[in-house]
Amino acid sequence: MKVFNIVIAGVGGQGVLLASRVLAESALACGMDVKQNEVHGMAQRGGSVISFVRIGERVYSPVVMPGSADILISFEPLEALRYVHYLKPGGKLVYNRATINPSTVASGMATYPPDVEERIGRACRDAHGIDALAIAKEAGNAKAVNMVMVGSVMKNLPIDAKVVEGVVREISRDKGAEVNLRALKGGAAA
Amino acid sequence: MKKIISGNEAIALSFGDSGGVFASGYPGTPSTETLEEVARLDEVYCEWAPNEKVALESVIGASIAGGRCLSTMKHVGVNVAADALMTLTYTGVNAGLILMVADDPGMHSSQNEQDSRNYARFAKVPMLDPADSQEAYDFVRAGFEISEQFDTPLMLRTTTRIAHAKGVVEQREKIKPVVGEWARNVPKYVMLPNFGKIKHGEVEERLLKLREFAETTPLNRVEMADTELGILTSGISYQHVREAYPNASVLKLGLVHPLPEKKIRAFAAKVRRFMIVEEMDAIFEEQVRAMGIRVDIGKDRISYCGEVSADIVRAALGDAVTGSAPPVADLPQRPPTFCPGCAHRGLFTILSKLKAFVSGDIGCYTLGALPPISAMHSCICMGASISAAHGMAKVNEIAGRTEKPVAVIGDSTFFHSGMTGLLSLAYNGGNALVVIMDNRTTGMTGGQENPGSGRVLQGEPARQVDIATLVKALGIDNVAEINTYDLAETEAAIRKGLETPGPYVLIDKNPCILRYRVKQSMLAVDLEKCSGCRACLKVTCVALGMVPAGDKMKVQIDPNICNGCGVCAQLCKFDAMSVVKG
Ligand SMILES: Cc1ncc(C[n+]2csc(CCOP(=O)(O)OP(=O)(O)O)c2C)c(N)n1
Repeated sequence: MKVFNIVIAGVGGQGVLLASRVLAESALACGMDVKQNEVHGMAQRGGSVISFVRIGERVYSPVVMPGSADILISFEPLEALRYVHYLKPGGKLVYNRATINPSTVASGMATYPPDVEERIGRACRDAHGIDALAIAKEAGNAKAVNMVMVGSVMKNLPIDAKVVEGVVREISRDKGAEVNLRALKGGAAA
Repeated sequence: MKKIISGNEAIALSFGDSGGVFASGYPGTPSTETLEEVARLDEVYCEWAPNEKVALESVIGASIAGGRCLSTMKHVGVNVAADALMTLTYTGVNAGLILMVADDPGMHSSQNEQDSRNYARFAKVPMLDPADSQEAYDFVRAGFEISEQFDTPLMLRTTTRIAHAKGVVEQREKIKPVVGEWARNVPKYVMLPNFGKIKHGEVEERLLKLREFAETTPLNRVEMADTELGILTSGISYQHVREAYPNASVLKLGLVHPLPEKKIRAFAAKVRRFMIVEEMDAIFEEQVRAMGIRVDIGKDRISYCGEVSADIVRAALGDAVTGSAPPVADLPQRPPTFCPGCAHRGLFTILSKLKAFVSGDIGCYTLGALPPISAMHSCICMGASISAAHGMAKVNEIAGRTEKPVAVIGDSTFFHSGMTGLLSLAYNGGNALVVIMDNRTTGMTGGQENPGSGRVLQGEPARQVDIATLVKALGIDNVAEINTYDLAETEAAIRKGLETPGPYVLIDKNPCILRYRVKQSMLAVDLEKCSGCRACLKVTCVALGMVPAGDKMKVQIDPNICNGCGVCAQLCKFDAMSVVKG
């Protein structure tokens, strides 16, 4: 089996790391080799975050090269555009349509591109925007955007959806599990 | 059982499984989680030291007392601990001692890109360089064995993509910790010149023995395949090499100091093209060339700067790289910034307004250097804010300049190495205003405990140092408390501190809102009153945004993000922002 490359992008505080962990643990539970990597440190301070999950029979590098991602999952439209070049030709993009202002926009030094979704469409033919924030709120917690996003790509991954559910149940704190599972289902239906 | 864990977690787990009893370190990305994970094991003792030198010295004591021990730090931490290291290499150890250092090629969150392999050569100690989480786990155990067998401290070196990357790890059988004798051995542990001379000779002999060991240890592995291309590599670079050339022959080093000369010579002779792939400095290449071995491709094709990748290895050999469209141009950047509600924001808003020269330090407050606030003018290393301000003031005096510099430093950094700078300021009759941002945590690295936070690493309550008392004891008479959420008060205090000659210290004691989860009521904008002047935007808070309102753009506050600190509202000349109970 060829290595399957997943890139997850978003903004510090959105739960990119937990989503990456769910996918990595699920791949391991399916008996595959996995490497997962993100660069954190200053991530919590609202900066741009990018994480890699690589799964397959034998995975060497934890890093996905630009131009080689099978799928890009972005928790925010501007970040989708920032990392869209990571996709290989024909790669798939799923992004959350809810925008978050970067500090450069909040301080008035830059403007948020008003045509961000059009530009995403031009950069990737297989791009799908979903209203992950609304779905997360409906599931019971705006913070569950990460689980909605995981749910939205489950059918595109070489991982069994049932296994993903099991992992989410296991790593959620008691009360969070139901919300997270609803978010996962909501994402899958989006 | 197989687990998927990071290199940092693997090292912690292995420390617990390999008979470790004492660990001490100082936070620093990407090393921090190692000690935090040791703390979670709940069975070995561990602690945060105020700085890396103290951490390593405590670990030296632990080794002398007979316990296997670990010290953790980031690459620049070794500079601080280097004084201890350079003589520890002479004394050697009683129980196994590992110094874990995490390098940060690519400078994801560091102020420089130094290669710690230089320290292994400098200190003449063995160094292990794991290539994934499993090796990180295995090398802790191997490291203790080498340390004890050769009577030497051992450096375990990781890089960001080892420390933070997760991979599959199989745990080994647990070794029960056995604490040995408390060693009393004057010629071994008292480094007076006469004892030191003997010890230096032993260090050189030890290095020769380690060279022999390097030739035979399975830590260094030859993977013979296609002999057209042979690559000498180690650590994360091995993964990039394998990714790019799964069929090449590889000599993979686990022990990266000292080098196995015979093994390298034999390997190089068997392959048509001999390449060396290493991140940062030409440590292998310089030594291999000095051995008189021909190197066909090395640092001439791979930069000294930044990380290596599979594509960099391919490009160095002139092969095609993964094709990719160029990144989309002209996107607004998304740099990190002060959290909504952070107490640093008010301070820097005023420093920016007063156009003071700010001698900065390392912590979340370094973000005050970024535009549009742009209120920091130097930042070198931890603790330098006060001492550098002191030097500036002395030269200003010589030059007849009257402007007084402002040093800004956080609590953790003050304890780390700012205190000695302040002592110098008082002792040498300096002239600087020092602002200590005491948010009761080591914020930048994720909110670790420190001597001012009232708790220790493993959670128990601890003695809390009183910074104001400490500052006075160091010889500073002018000490005042400020509240940086109140801009007028802060401005008045800073003006007074700048006008009063001599050392002057201001202390802000608002806690880190992220660490202590402070949630205050939020603010809302009255769109009738907002003129759209954008004066408030300068505070650089991601809760603020412009929205169309009638024919104008006006300010809006995102209630999900706002933390109600009220700093933006104090910049509003139209009284358009007010508190709404959240
Ligand atoms: C010698 C050294 N050790 C560790 C670090 C990593 N580091 C960066 S900032 C920081 C501490 C910041 O804490 P504090 O001064 O309390 O400021 P805060 O971030 O809480 O505002 C540390 C430990 C470093 N840069 N240099």
